[in-house]
Amino acid sequence: MHLAHYLGLLHKAQNRLGDAFTEIGEAHRDEPDIFHTCQRLAGQCRGHAEKLAPFAHRYAEDAPAEPDRLHSQLFSGTRSGGLGLLRDLQDLYLMAAECDISWAVVGQAAYGARDEDLLAVVKSCEQETAIQLKWLRTRMKQAAPQALVAAE
Amino acid sequence: MVDRIADPWGPRTPYGPGERWPARVDTFLSAGHTEADVQRWVPSASILHSNGDAMDIAVVDDRIVGVRGRAGDRINHGRVDPKDLYGWQANHSPDRLRRPLVREGDRLVETDWDTAMGRIVARSKELLDGPGGWGHFGFYTSGQLFLEEYYTLGLIGKAGLGTPHMDGNTRLCTATAAAALKASFGTDGQPGSYTDVDHCDAIALWGHNVAETQTVLWMRMLDRRRGPNPPAMLAVDPRATPVAREADVHLALRNGTNLALLNGLLRELIHRGWYDEEYVRAHTVGFDELCRVVEDYPVAKVAEICDLPARDIERAAELLGRSQRLVSTVLQGFYQSNQATAASCQVNNLHLIRGMIGRPGAGIYQMNGQPTAQNNRECGADGDLPGLRNWENEEHVAELARLWNVEVDTIPHWAPPTHAMQIFRYAEQGSIKLLWISATNPVVSLPDLARIRRILAKPDLFVVVQDLFLTETAELADVVLPAATWGEKTGTFTSVDRTVHISEKAVEPPGEARPDLDIFLDYARRMDFRDKDGQPLVKWSDPEAAFEAWKECSRGRPCDYTAITYERLRAGGIQWPCTEEHPDGTERLYTDGVFNTDPDYCESYGHDLATGAELLPDEYRAKEPRGRAFLHATPYQPSPEVPSDDYPLLLTTGRTVYQFHTRTKTGRAPQLVHAAPEVWVELNPADAGTLGVGEGDLVRVESPRGAVRARARICGVRPGVVFLPFHYGYWDAADPAGPGGPDGGAADRGAGRRHDRAANELTITAWDPVSKQPIFKVAAVRVVKEADSGGRPSPAPTVGGSAPPEGSGIPATVGGPAAEAPSRGE
Repeated sequence: MHLAHYLGLLHKAQNRLGDAFTEIGEAHRDEPDIFHTCQRLAGQCRGHAEKLAPFAHRYAEDAPAEPDRLHSQLFSGTRSGGLGLLRDLQDLYLMAAECDISWAVVGQAAYGARDEDLLAVVKSCEQETAIQLKWLRTRMKQAAPQALVAAE
Repeated sequence: MVDRIADPWGPRTPYGPGERWPARVDTFLSAGHTEADVQRWVPSASILHSNGDAMDIAVVDDRIVGVRGRAGDRINHGRVDPKDLYGWQANHSPDRLRRPLVREGDRLVETDWDTAMGRIVARSKELLDGPGGWGHFGFYTSGQLFLEEYYTLGLIGKAGLGTPHMDGNTRLCTATAAAALKASFGTDGQPGSYTDVDHCDAIALWGHNVAETQTVLWMRMLDRRRGPNPPAMLAVDPRATPVAREADVHLALRNGTNLALLNGLLRELIHRGWYDEEYVRAHTVGFDELCRVVEDYPVAKVAEICDLPARDIERAAELLGRSQRLVSTVLQGFYQSNQATAASCQVNNLHLIRGMIGRPGAGIYQMNGQPTAQNNRECGADGDLPGLRNWENEEHVAELARLWNVEVDTIPHWAPPTHAMQIFRYAEQGSIKLLWISATNPVVSLPDLARIRRILAKPDLFVVVQDLFLTETAELADVVLPAATWGEKTGTFTSVDRTVHISEKAVEPPGEARPDLDIFLDYARRMDFRDKDGQPLVKWSDPEAAFEAWKECSRGRPCDYTAITYERLRAGGIQWPCTEEHPDGTERLYTDGVFNTDPDYCESYGHDLATGAELLPDEYRAKEPRGRAFLHATPYQPSPEVPSDDYPLLLTTGRTVYQFHTRTKTGRAPQLVHAAPEVWVELNPADAGTLGVGEGDLVRVESPRGAVRARARICGVRPGVVFLPFHYGYWDAADPAGPGGPDGGAADRGAGRRHDRAANELTITAWDPVSKQPIFKVAAVRVVKEADSGGRPSPAPTVGGSAPPEGSGIPATVGGPAAEAPSRGE
């Protein structure tokens, strides 16, 4: 059973997203809404990872060795300025999108494994990830015209 | 005669449920004048708070000599707030701006209108030339202009320059009211009417010190409380305000925990069956989700989060749950605090689940702070589209484009209109290069003032300030335009309960000062803004024609003004919507339980209240609202700043009955100055004891952003909380030893000043994710004693929230003969 690998993928992706929210929020402290919201969402991501941990652990017992090229690297440090903010938010968006689709995949597997407990975790967390994506899209749409057209 | 400084609320005229509130006509004429001398009485309404009290301006020899309440008006039945009784004297202040000023190096020098406007227009044309030119303009306006001025400015900004960067200081005062109304009911628009006070059996005041902010509404409530079958009263406020002292239940909760309290109260109401199942089923969406979220807030947990006795929370739930006709009012204690929109929506939820909306006595007032804030929201100079239109609804934008005869994409509708704090951020970053500030004073009223001063002083930012006086903000301007004010120009404005009044020109403005409308029209002419057919974009040149144009813009929208005329308003206030079908206006909205949530009609497709993430149109449609209201539910989150070891206390800021905003006017009316002359700080006796601070001692309040020096009043603010009034800036900081005194001679741009008098030196830059209203009520601070009082009490008034304990021996705040004003009952 390969479910453990996807749980591991999602677990790591959630932790990395949490770290990126923290780092990007700190880097853009002068944008208070970015700073405060990123801090909150970082906590949310770590909460997701914690909820996944016992399942990852349990399914790991039945899993073969981890395949190559399982994890992806979507973020490699913050940038500054208006354009930099936009790019940083875009990194977060892609990372959150990875989590979003992984929740869908893990949810399907939870049905297959008849694992009601895992399904409950997926259902509560995937909604929060969906809101994270919406927030990022909202904030990027707001910032884009000024950063890309008006700013020098 | 009544000394309306000593007794701001005047004599009681008790009445019972369902009875008409008795009239009481308040008058104040300056010394030496009697009503018999008055040559003209000119109709107007209050411009120093949002209540909309109607009054006539008394004129003798082309000079204002006083005011008198209008007995027949639906709002005040003749009563006048003390700020209005005395505040008009500021019109005559010798330091009114009489000529335009322009910056020459470090100085502002007098000039003529052509030169001043010429500079603005030259800079504007230069900035507009090239792609993205619209992005270099920012407008920061007010809650104190007239409807006609907002609508004209909105048109200039949206269809002339095509910029989304326009907002008002309404963002600081009323943005959450609008956001909560949109979220719950589909559009802005106050459901209730002030007459609900006449019929109610309970009043809940959520973070609303109405006794000091809207005194006439408080008089109405007090008259019900002194009459037969009085309404029960609940106050939620960390301070012992006059409202809290009057209330049957006072919840002095920890600042920033409003949402936890409301979640707990809703849970109690639902558990105890105090809700209307039939109404919920027929008229709301989201009850199951509401139940799921509030379930996590049992009384014991809420008591701990809010630091309240559990029994008091239960008593509050009982008061709310047993009422049959509940009036709720919400203001800055919620709007300027943590999770503002979510908490204010919970008040709407409380009324929705109990079916307490749209009938006499069952009303919600999501209040405004400022007199014309409602019009800014309607006319679109504040981050909304005119006519409460939805910027995401292409048909709504197309309607505007047809009305204005411009291309659809000229009107910025690609993203939400830019909110005030973001406008200042773009100015800080340098992409906004021209900032036009009208009728407001951000250098005293925005959070973290050191930052605001830095932004406005940037050499590459061209700042235009349009005001009555050389305010702290005007000192930093490149061009200062002298404006006419209330009594010197004609226009209309609308109160909290949708009542429209006319305010007519009574006298000429001083010197070369001009009405704000004329200034905006002059700019449009000089910029030569055109419509699609090459005709002038702005097709009017006087207030009445602007009003007629606005009526067309409002047609078919919730704020429909089409059957209102200037002539009709001269006879008294009318509540919108006012149409051919409802020619006398509309007292209450949603009487049939049908809300403005239809996807083609609503003003917003909604947000996630925790993050501000916007929902997409299809997601909104999928909820199938079909005229039902939304019950939103959000978990509590602690505020962005909480006390720490270094900053162990919580600061909240607020108001006194004697002052308005940054005292631009009320600080120039002798009776009001005398009553509340200087900043003070309120401390609880227990905290004062720990700090070794006594009444009148000079203390320094420090946050990570700045310091304020003020004399302490030991009184009824909750333990752990420090209160500062936010009114006091620097223009009149005369005492060189006191707060704000110059410590190196007053150089230009206020450079030599000590910035230690304005409460907003301390506040944080943070805002609600949905309404974008800054959070003024939660900042971590520490208090350090600087000097003994020497037996001199704090300058805090003894009336209102700063009242000292009984038997303190502190001399009472009185106005004396100069403040005597007749109050005539029926």
